[in-house]
Amino acid sequence: MKLRYFAWVRERIGKPEEEIELPAAVATVADLMSWLAGRGEQYAHAFENPKVIRAAIDRAHVRPDAAIVGAREIAFFPPMTGG
Amino acid sequence: MSATVRLQRDPFDAATEAAKLSRGRTDIGAVVTFTGICRGDESGRPLEAMTLEHYPDMAEAEIARHVEAAGRRWPLLGVTVIHRFGRLTPGEDIVLVITAAAHRQDAFAAAEFLMDYLKTRAPFWKQVEYAGGKTGSQQPGNEKIWVDAKQSDDALADRWSKPPGRREAAE
Repeated sequence: MKLRYFAWVRERIGKPEEEIELPAAVATVADLMSWLAGRGEQYAHAFENPKVIRAAIDRAHVRPDAAIVGAREIAFFPPMTGG
Repeated sequence: MSATVRLQRDPFDAATEAAKLSRGRTDIGAVVTFTGICRGDESGRPLEAMTLEHYPDMAEAEIARHVEAAGRRWPLLGVTVIHRFGRLTPGEDIVLVITAAAHRQDAFAAAEFLMDYLKTRAPFWKQVEYAGGKTGSQQPGNEKIWVDAKQSDDALADRWSKPPGRREAAE
């Protein structure tokens, strides 16, 4: 599965994307955030306040309780500030 | 409805894009053109530049979805959305929304709807750059800060999620 990070989430983690093998217990977007937060200091910093982080599965917005089964690409980013 | 969605680093010309929508047509009675421009200050502090990061594959699809939604909601005859990315300096254009319809109310409302959604749902992130860097900072160069999302922008986008009938009755 491909993970992509944007804006300050990308800066805190220190890379724009990565390929990852997930444990079966990681079922939802929220699960994935807490699993990632345990991968080291930089990830912990990026996900220290998961409530503010937005996510997209295969390029569509999703809520934290969304199931990640079958996802090819999951992105994490701060609230958007376009326009 | 003809729809154009473009993401680009280069500048755009609003007048040219508006003319493209209405040229040679007699069914269009109203064209609304909105241009968002990079201001020279943020909260009273002079700005050196603004950099827009985006999620390329998603941004185009997400904007196209909202253009379609606008087309279902109002009888539009044409829509153009152009969003720039990369480093922009004060005075440069950031975003262009053009809506064409037979009547002005539909064109105005759809342009506002699209802008409210671009602000809160299109995967773009603004980083502002202040001259000189933080006083006493070890880091050379300009100070760069990610812009926080505004709650007021969320409220503006939320007003469109109510059914049209109820919304008008409430106003």
